[in-house]
Amino acid sequence: MIDFIDLNVLLLVLGLLFLSILMALIRVIKGPTAPDRIVGLDTINTIVIVSMIIFGLYKEAVIYIDVAIVYAFLSFISTLFIAKYLEGGDF
Amino acid sequence: MFEIIIYIFLGVGVFFNLLGSLGLLRFPDVYTRLHAGTKCTTFGAIFITVSVILIGLKIWFFDGNLANGSSLAIHTAVALAAILLTNPTGAHALARSAHKSGIKPVGAVIDELDNKTEKNKKEDDE
Repeated sequence: MIDFIDLNVLLLVLGLLFLSILMALIRVIKGPTAPDRIVGLDTINTIVIVSMIIFGLYKEAVIYIDVAIVYAFLSFISTLFIAKYLEGGDF
Repeated sequence: MFEIIIYIFLGVGVFFNLLGSLGLLRFPDVYTRLHAGTKCTTFGAIFITVSVILIGLKIWFFDGNLANGSSLAIHTAVALAAILLTNPTGAHALARSAHKSGIKPVGAVIDELDNKTEKNKKEDDE
């Protein structure tokens, strides 16, 4: 279905996104405080959503994009919950 | 011509994603890291998603492949809406929780939010 775009470019984009996931992962491992780690995880979630969309385009399967939508909302809920936990106090 | 537009959009998106991760590594503070890690990745995600939407619209309208093109464009648009709804809200909640758990910004002289959160106000009243 996609014949006008070089598929190797999509692979290159996926590789660069993986590199940025690795750079955020360093912050998750190194981060001095707990909010630093959560910021790194939030960034990783966004990049994973984007790379799922690119992978769905590469494999020509729309099901990966549906998975990306569900992943976006689930990661949003987990981020809100961890933020509420870090705030302390009663829920 | 059309491929060049797609490549430019993909390039801008990937560049801003890399920039966001680099800022996450280099900045000294939770709040500046949030600034880099959330704003830049949202911007890059918008560009990459818009390029996929353009590919879907091209397949839909110009190649006449209605089933593949429409599903690709509409599902990706829904994913873009999900990213735009959830990402700034999560960043706001993270900044609020980081401030409430007592982390000060590095190099800040005055913290105007300090006496305005509910917990600190209660302590001041007592």
